[in-house]
Amino acid sequence: MEFWKIFSKGLILENPILVLALSLCPALAVTSSISTALTMGLTVTFVITTNNVVVSLIRKLVNPKVRVPIYIISIATIVTVAGLLLQAYFPLLYKDLGIYLELVVVFAIILARAEVFASKNNVVRSFMDGFGMGCGFIIAMLIIGVIRELIGTGSLLGVNLLGASYPPALIMILPPGAFILIGYLVALFKLIVKYWEKRQKVREEAVS
Amino acid sequence: MSVENSHQEDSANQLIVSSSPHILSNDSTQKIMWTVVAALMPAVIFAVYYFGVPAFRTLLAGSLSALIFEALVQKIRKKRVTVSDGSALLCGLLLAMCLPPAVPLFVPIIGSFIAIVIAKHSMGGLGQNIFNPAHIGRAALMVSWPVAMTTWTKMPSVIDTVTSATPLNILKQQGYEALIQTFGSQSDMYTALFLGFRNGSIGETSVLLLVIGGIILIYKRYIDWVAPVFMIGTVGILTWAFGGSNGLFSGDPLFHMMAGGLVIGAFFMITDYVTTPITRKGKIIFAVGAGAITVLIRLLGGYPEGVCYSILLMNCVTPLIDRFIQPAQYGRK
Repeated sequence: MEFWKIFSKGLILENPILVLALSLCPALAVTSSISTALTMGLTVTFVITTNNVVVSLIRKLVNPKVRVPIYIISIATIVTVAGLLLQAYFPLLYKDLGIYLELVVVFAIILARAEVFASKNNVVRSFMDGFGMGCGFIIAMLIIGVIRELIGTGSLLGVNLLGASYPPALIMILPPGAFILIGYLVALFKLIVKYWEKRQKVREEAVS
Repeated sequence: MSVENSHQEDSANQLIVSSSPHILSNDSTQKIMWTVVAALMPAVIFAVYYFGVPAFRTLLAGSLSALIFEALVQKIRKKRVTVSDGSALLCGLLLAMCLPPAVPLFVPIIGSFIAIVIAKHSMGGLGQNIFNPAHIGRAALMVSWPVAMTTWTKMPSVIDTVTSATPLNILKQQGYEALIQTFGSQSDMYTALFLGFRNGSIGETSVLLLVIGGIILIYKRYIDWVAPVFMIGTVGILTWAFGGSNGLFSGDPLFHMMAGGLVIGAFFMITDYVTTPITRKGKIIFAVGAGAITVLIRLLGGYPEGVCYSILLMNCVTPLIDRFIQPAQYGRK
């Protein structure tokens, strides 16, 4: 139950992109199609989970004064591994992600989870936290990717869904469309969180 | 009855305590908006006469869908439905006037959606929007469907649509000599631009009729004359100085002042109450800035016309202008 709580908070209530608003850069840059959005989501999940485990393991050895450089070295190592794996097995996706794959090193969400969670909790809890945050990241990236690709090209994963007569709205696969869409999604998630908190309050009052 | 309720219901009979200015005018939002719509009518009627049915269809689709979206959003937001105040109609009309006459029908409708729902009501509704909604709509359409937005039908309209370029397009791609050739002579070109016999968006036809509408608004004191004069003047001076190919002061200011959407932009867009500065000094800064950016885009940019983007860019700095140009309080320097 406790692990489920740690895992699930990243999905919606503390969704890294749409609620915490950390790492908006990849959410804008690589969500113009589902395949790149999903690849980036999986990569970030891998990096954030592994890094949380590493940071949690070494949390008692690290001098607090030099913790940030050490976390960054850890993240950079893991990102390099992920990059080499992608380059070896999925060269086309690697090419599509381009510079943004290396930029995963400086994604705020990864350092933030290391700093606020993994450095204070044990390995299993840190793993659950990283995995939950990663899944929340994937969810947000997929929502954005599906909407942008569908409206911007009329197809999903390259399969035309809306017919040949649909005039694709190019704005959605360009940066302004991503900004507008993320704005509305943030508003939607705020609504969900608000509703959830209200329900929670009613429940607590009913218990007490 | 709670305090809040009584406040709302009796507000008409209450003594209103507020800060200055205390002078009230009889001009309501409703009256001003409908007057602006009326001032646009000569140009609209001429455009329908000149471009024919396609233009009428585009104008109708733009205005009607703007009204419908406004009513829908106000219903959803649980606000009073104020469709009758004319602001939504004006927005849809101005948007449609920024479009090519024979554009596919979904373009003005989606444009109205973007203008009303995204640019106006997502920012908080009438009076809260940072950017001119009609121009946000046009900019989004321009990015989304660049081909449909730059296909100009040759007029008078026939069943087989023949595409041809706008004067500014010709200037950008083929140069000034080719431009004069398409009109015959230089004076013919000026006449055509002034009276409105040219290709282009619905709203960029007749300089004469647009100026008449603008002068009505200036006479009624709904808009300040400095904004249009300074914007068009800036464009004239800068294109005269830098627009020519034979060094300084060899450009054609008259052409640039009459071409494209400059006149409708200067009289009807940068005089919008919400998105432009309040003070007269601020209005002058805004107008000069918009004119300068327009010239930059026309002479150096990738697009042939830059009125829309220049106004949107200046909308960004409107709060800044208002902050720095504050009128002195009475009794202080």
